[in-house]
Parts: sequence; structure tokens; C-alpha cells
Amino acid sequence: MNTIMKTYENTGNKDTRSGFGAGLTELGKTNENVVALCADLIGSLKMDEFKANHPERFFQVGIAEANMIGIAAGLTIGGKIPFTGTFANFSTGRVYDQIRQSVAYSGKNVKICASHAGVTLGEDGATHQILEDIGLMKMLPGMTVINTCDYNQTKAATLAIAEHKGPVYLRFGRPKVANFTSENQKFEIGKAVKLTDGIDVTIVATGHLVWEALEASKVLYEQGISAEVINIHTIKPLDEDAILKSVAKTGCIVTAEEHNYLGGLGESVSRTLVKNNPTPQEFVATNDTFGESGTPSQLMDKYGLNAKAIIEASKKVLKRK
Amino acid sequence: MPDIQKLQNLTTQVRRDILRMVHKVNSGHPGGSLGCAEFFVALYKEIMDTKDHFDMDGIGEDLFFLSNGHISPVYYSVLARCGYFPVDELNTFRLIDSRLQGHPTTHEGLPGVRIASGSLGQGMSVAIGAAEAKKLNNDNHLIYSLHGDGELQEGQNWEAIMYASANKVDNLISTIDLNGKQIDGATDDVLPMGSLKAKFEAFGWIVLEIKEGNNIEAILDGMSEAKAQTGKGKPVCVLLETEMGNGVDFMMHTHAWHGKAPNDEQLEIALSQNAETLGDY
Repeated sequence: MNTIMKTYENTGNKDTRSGFGAGLTELGKTNENVVALCADLIGSLKMDEFKANHPERFFQVGIAEANMIGIAAGLTIGGKIPFTGTFANFSTGRVYDQIRQSVAYSGKNVKICASHAGVTLGEDGATHQILEDIGLMKMLPGMTVINTCDYNQTKAATLAIAEHKGPVYLRFGRPKVANFTSENQKFEIGKAVKLTDGIDVTIVATGHLVWEALEASKVLYEQGISAEVINIHTIKPLDEDAILKSVAKTGCIVTAEEHNYLGGLGESVSRTLVKNNPTPQEFVATNDTFGESGTPSQLMDKYGLNAKAIIEASKKVLKRK
Repeated sequence: MPDIQKLQNLTTQVRRDILRMVHKVNSGHPGGSLGCAEFFVALYKEIMDTKDHFDMDGIGEDLFFLSNGHISPVYYSVLARCGYFPVDELNTFRLIDSRLQGHPTTHEGLPGVRIASGSLGQGMSVAIGAAEAKKLNNDNHLIYSLHGDGELQEGQNWEAIMYASANKVDNLISTIDLNGKQIDGATDDVLPMGSLKAKFEAFGWIVLEIKEGNNIEAILDGMSEAKAQTGKGKPVCVLLETEMGNGVDFMMHTHAWHGKAPNDEQLEIALSQNAETLGDY
């Protein structure tokens, strides 16, 4: 095994949604075609600054998400690049048919930006904690699906999707979490980021689970297990080469996501493996269940979505090699 | 002055196109299509200011959005007859590998279509977005949209209707095809909506009524009045009273032909009531 493991420093906890807000603010200054829409959650989505700087390019639609998606689709006709903002639940399931027909099937350049994804939304409970959104969105033909891991990456992704032509679902969250990726990173859609080199097990994580995977890899390292941690920020299109290259070396894989195992990253990885190189896989994900009220860390623990769960899954999958 | 006879001739030919298209594939929606033939002809030939080539962004021209996409036959016929694509292509309606899908779509790149529609209730939101884009682009052209009356049962419309007046989207003319019918019967039997005029006015729109929605002159008068009402801080609604199945006696005064194609014999009778004017495709 490697004698030195690459480590990452948390430069201070920050929320990913603020990364989105910062990215949007920057886009407001650099790209005059960028417009933003919000359904009565400006503060939660951190869109205040864009609104203050560019009131003429900001559309408060009220609590009417279906209308927001339709207006966004219409704004593209005339060359605008609309960014819609609301919670992940109201960005996807609530407006699925609007996204399907007016955005995806119509091939419109709409960026659906969704905060408060997953159980880490916390105390509001299951009505607001969507764990099915990645599945819903990745099934739509032509839709790019991105789930960022920290503040810096969310900001970089926000800038990158403005340059990408076509519909995008950008998923991020509410809580303050470790900020560890580089400040001025270049975000490449569809390109996985290998965070550590390892030979025993591959850990592919997305969103808030990426930091947990790094924490897990440190513990595993101390126990003599070398984990290769890969940050899959883009679930669709999936960087299959990066995954296959890694499992060719390690021979087993753990996928980790704040989402139902049905329809999530894990399933996309399974499909890639089955088609190319069948490999033992364990899933760190919710087990076909709704969430509930609680603090983010309590919920991550109860639903098995943290470093501890990743360590257990890694040991389990190692035995299956 | 518009040549009314010429517009009427085109309307008759459009009716023949609609009937022949749905007959050939034994599917599609002739009733609402026939009811809106005069409106589409008036809109594309006289009312809208359009460029001579199609591009998606449509900057510098009026744009139209069809929300009740099932009346695609009339839309396709008029687009073709106005030169957006070859008239012969009407032959491919609803066939495999066609750009003329059952419901309109941008997916196959059919010129003239800017949004997919068919799943009801979405078109007004899209039209509002396009209207907002026009304002941002300092483009003084107008956005037109068409909606079924039954379609207004979809809640998203009312989100859009509320938004448009609150945000003074006054470069939008949304027309409601008031034929009083939907698949399951009369709108008043399926889900009575009361006075749409009162509802739109209560939501802050300027409402105009065209009582003779199958009379080209009445449509031209009504729509030019609608145009005159734009730019006054309010969106404009036109309630267009039409007869479903208009121009074919046995298809009128019933909802039976909403989504049913005529058989060979019925087609022959229907065509005999609408003699060829500009030449069949």
C-alpha cells in the first residue's frame, strides 16, 4: 500500500447553497444573459445579492414552481440563461412534468438549481427532504445531473453550467459542511475527481458524502486499508472511465450518496460495472425510506450516511472480493 | 385591407389538410383543429409580424405558442401553408421518423415550433417567459398564445395568469379557444368554470371577446383591438368563441370529434363540404 495518503484540509465549514449564491453573483457580473428565478426562497437559496445587483434580471414568481419552470423555458427563447432556485423537492418531483415537456424534451437551456436536498435539510422533516431527485432527473433524456460536495465546488459548478448548453440539474444542500476543495478550481462537467490513491477499495461519493468518504479513508488507512476516494460530482453523464480504471486496481467499490439507493449514483455505477467489469459493490444510501425530523448529523447517523457507514461498507465489500 | 376571400380560401384548404391528415393515420384531433382554422390563418397571415426565416430565438418578430398541442393538425397545416416547411411534409403527420409528431415538439427541429406542448397547462408560463425575454432584449414585438378552455382546468394556468398581471406582462396576448367542449363532454358538465371573463378580469387582465370566432373579419377586428390594448401595463386575454368541428356539418355541435378521425366515407362527405382551393398536398 501507499506509504503516504493525500489529506485534505477543511478551511472552515460553509454551506453549499452559499457557494451557489456566490457563483450566481459572479455570473451576474460576467454574463449578461444569465437571469434568475425564485419561488419565494431567495434567502434560503442565497440569491439576494444577484437580485440586488440585477433586479431587471431577477424574477420572483411566488410560490408557484410549475410556473417558474415554464417561464424559465420561455426565457431561453430570446437567448437568456435562466437559473431557477428552490428546494430540491420543489425543483423536481413537484414540477416533473413541466421539466420533462417544457425543458428536457424541448431542449431548453435551463439550469435547475436545487438546495436543501436530502435528509440534511434537517428539522423540517420528510415532506421537504427529497431522496428521490437524482433518480427523477437522471432519467430525463438530455439532462445533466450534478451534486456538488462543498462550497468551493458548488461555486465552480454554478459558473461551469452557465457555459454548458442544455438543461442541467444542480443539487446542493442546506447545512454548513467542510469546505476542502480548492478555491479557484476548474469544474469539468462529467469529469470525476480522484481525491486519494488507493489499492484496496474504491469509494465513489457524491455531495455531502464526499467529505465523509475522506474521513472514512483516514480511519481505514490507520487500519491498513488503502482506499481510493473519487468525487463524482456529475452523476450524468457519469465518468465511467474513472470508475472502471479504479476498480481494475482495487477490485471492489463502495458508492456513497445522500439519496435512495434506488435511482441514485450507486445504481448508475452498478450499471457501468455490470456492463464492463462486474465488481462487488456496497451501497451507502438510504434504504427505500423517507426521512424524518432531526439534526443533520443525527439523521446522517440514523440513516447510515456518514464516515462510519462508509467504513463498515468498505470492510464488507473487501470480504466479497 | 386584407383580402378576406383569399384568407377564406386558405382556411378551406387548411380544413381539407386537417381532415386528410387525421384520416390517413386514423388518429389525431380534428374537432378543435377545425374550430381554430380561421384563427390560425388570421394570426399567421395578417396579425403577426414574422420574419421570413425561422430561428429559435425569434428576436425582432412576434412569436406564437400553442399550449393545447393536440390541435397540431391546424398548426402544422398553417405553418406549412405559410412556408415554414414543405406542404408535402403534411403527408408524414404522426408517422414514424416524422417531424410532425402527434403533439408539436422542437425535438425533431420542425421550423415554426418553439416549445413542446401536449401535456396541458404549460404554454402560458412559457409564453410569459418569452415575453419577459422580449422586454429584456428591448424587442417591442408581441407574444401570442392559444389555450383550450378545458385546458384552463389545469392549475398551472392560474399561477401564470396571476404572475402576468402582477408583473405587468403587457406584451402578451393569450387567446382562449372557447368552444365549451372537452374530451368527456361539455366543459359545463365536466367541470364548470363559470365566467372566464370575470375570472381573467379579477386576475387583472384586459379581456376582449370575439363572439364570432369562426368569422375571419371578426377575428381580424378583435385581434387588432387586442394589439391596441398591449403596452398598457396589463396582459391581454381574448375569449374566442368557436365551434368545434367547424366547417363539417356532422362534426359540429358535438364533442365526439375531439380526438377521433373520420373513416373513408366520412372523409368524403367532409371534403365535399370543403372544396379544394389551393391544391391538396
